[in-house]
Amino acid sequence: MTEVALPRRQPFALRFPSVMVFLAILALFTVGVTILSEGFGIGVISTSFVKTLGKTLCLCLVALAMDLVWGYCGILSLGHMAFFGLGGYAIGMWLMYARTEIIVLESLAAAPLPPTPQEVSDGIATQIFGVVGASEFPPIWAFAHSLPLQLAAVVIVPGLLALVFGWLAFRSRVTGVYLSILTQAMTLALSLHLFQNDSGLRGNNGLSGLQNLPGLSEVPQSIVSMWFFWGSALALALGYILCAWVVSGKFGSVIRAIRDDEARVRFLGYPVETFKLVIFTLTAVIAGIAGALYYPQAGIINPAEIAPIASIYLAVWVAIGGRGRLYGAVIGAAFVSLLSTWFTGGQAPDINLGFYTISWVDWWTVLLGLSFVGVTLFAPKGIGGLVDILIDQKSPNRHGADLGPDQGALREQEADK
Amino acid sequence: MSTLLEVSGVSVSFDGFKAINNLSFQIADAELRAVIGPNGAGKTTFMDIITGKTKPDEGRVIYGDKGESLLKMSESKIAQAGVGRKFQRPTVFEDQSVFDNLMMALKKTRGPLAVLFFKPSQEDVDKVTDLAEQIGLSGALHRKSGELSHGQKQWLEIGMLLAQDPRLLLVDEPAAGMTPTEREHTTDILREAAKTRAVVVVEHDMEFVRRLNCKVTVLHEGSVLAEGSLDHVTKNEQVIEVYLGR
Repeated sequence: MTEVALPRRQPFALRFPSVMVFLAILALFTVGVTILSEGFGIGVISTSFVKTLGKTLCLCLVALAMDLVWGYCGILSLGHMAFFGLGGYAIGMWLMYARTEIIVLESLAAAPLPPTPQEVSDGIATQIFGVVGASEFPPIWAFAHSLPLQLAAVVIVPGLLALVFGWLAFRSRVTGVYLSILTQAMTLALSLHLFQNDSGLRGNNGLSGLQNLPGLSEVPQSIVSMWFFWGSALALALGYILCAWVVSGKFGSVIRAIRDDEARVRFLGYPVETFKLVIFTLTAVIAGIAGALYYPQAGIINPAEIAPIASIYLAVWVAIGGRGRLYGAVIGAAFVSLLSTWFTGGQAPDINLGFYTISWVDWWTVLLGLSFVGVTLFAPKGIGGLVDILIDQKSPNRHGADLGPDQGALREQEADK
Repeated sequence: MSTLLEVSGVSVSFDGFKAINNLSFQIADAELRAVIGPNGAGKTTFMDIITGKTKPDEGRVIYGDKGESLLKMSESKIAQAGVGRKFQRPTVFEDQSVFDNLMMALKKTRGPLAVLFFKPSQEDVDKVTDLAEQIGLSGALHRKSGELSHGQKQWLEIGMLLAQDPRLLLVDEPAAGMTPTEREHTTDILREAAKTRAVVVVEHDMEFVRRLNCKVTVLHEGSVLAEGSLDHVTKNEQVIEVYLGR
């Protein structure tokens, strides 16, 4: 018998050089931005752009989650931005509560009698909910005073929703486009619910002022933005390592097998539904964490953020970046969202055709749609596919090659794969 | 030899068409059995019922030493209980290497956590290598299985079945699209496997069935028409009428 060595004796880093390359690039990028920032460096990059970059890192993280659930496990979820938004709401509740509490305490300090806890609570509630005509805390704000509890909610709320939703959907063997529609319905229902004033989360006003950290009002935004930038970079790095680990071993093998032929995996004895549920829930948690880092940088969250279109954008990023490879998702999210910021920010020069002026603020979505169709049709590997060409990992050209003893193997039209 | 699988009085109909009609079937612990029958006789539906893909309208399917009913179990539970199945078309995971395909099939705990923290031991690797040798794919261990020829894919799938170490092996047309030498090899593998477990082979090809040299069950219109040695069933008037004498 020929001796075959264990193929995985090498350390993790050597087996997956792309992880190391990614982490190195991310570290360089983080150091670079720090040096160029206003808060800690020479001030070439404005604070608002640091925030844009930090937010982009969070979008990369949620794109990773999307790639894991769609690119690897084949579940085209069009609802992952709902989990992202829930993470944002969870942290936003504490930020808003704690900051309002400080303001209320300050204003009540001048009163002749020290305020009772009830007065403080009422004061905060009036401040926060006056805008929707309420002055009492809804039950879901019960833990808003506690940072640890709201941080736990960042993980638990999206995770629990994904667990229940996934359990119901996967157990009934809902797959393919039907599952996509179901996830879409979930995010739509959630956003419509939150749009209501009596949803307890300030309706379409959403939560605002999230960029101000309670008790740290004297720290300038140029510093705070860098904290969040570092936090986002760290979360992306850890998320990347986690995803790479999950897809590396037998688990990755099984979920890719589920993507390619679910029924066959079942006959191998794997509980397919449980695997899908694990991936769906895990990615929802990652999305929640990404959202909790994103919205303090954005400063505001409202129900429009979890409208179905957001989740569709997420799928577009991953498709353009190249699904089924982790760095593809990151490249796609970073590239498309930064480009989108550039086009919609009015910085892209309009094109005057004489009879019509192409204004990119309006035409950007058309361009994005066309490039999505283009990538799907002509470059299914996405931008990440360029890396293959770069390191010359192209699959061997099999055009016209012998297709095996009975000509039954890969067909001619499959030769490119 | 004790009975491993007992199917009794099973019927199933699709939109009024009775695919399986009061079918009864038994197979012992270590037995090779060929199931033949014309198209539409219910051969594939029969396998679907045992593996849990199709739920029958009535009847019992009893399996194993404890006499468990397979009807209440999910596909993956049935597979874990030791029922392996090979489909008509080779279904291997084309995007993954032969090694990964076999490693995935290897008999191990199937839960997500166990799989997530799974690290193959040298023993596991040896098992996979042995299997690859058995199915003639030693040289292709690290090739993507999508690159294999049709016959090699068939073998890989048989290898994956053996890796599962099932007690009951259901094989649907294993020799389809194979060259004569490959067929011979397949016969050897199946006969070898049947020494330690029950193997049910569904096949159209009479030559192949003859070479298996085992008891034959003839299905027709969803029920058993005849059972016995190949020579015995080929002499049966009814069998000649519906199947052989076409």
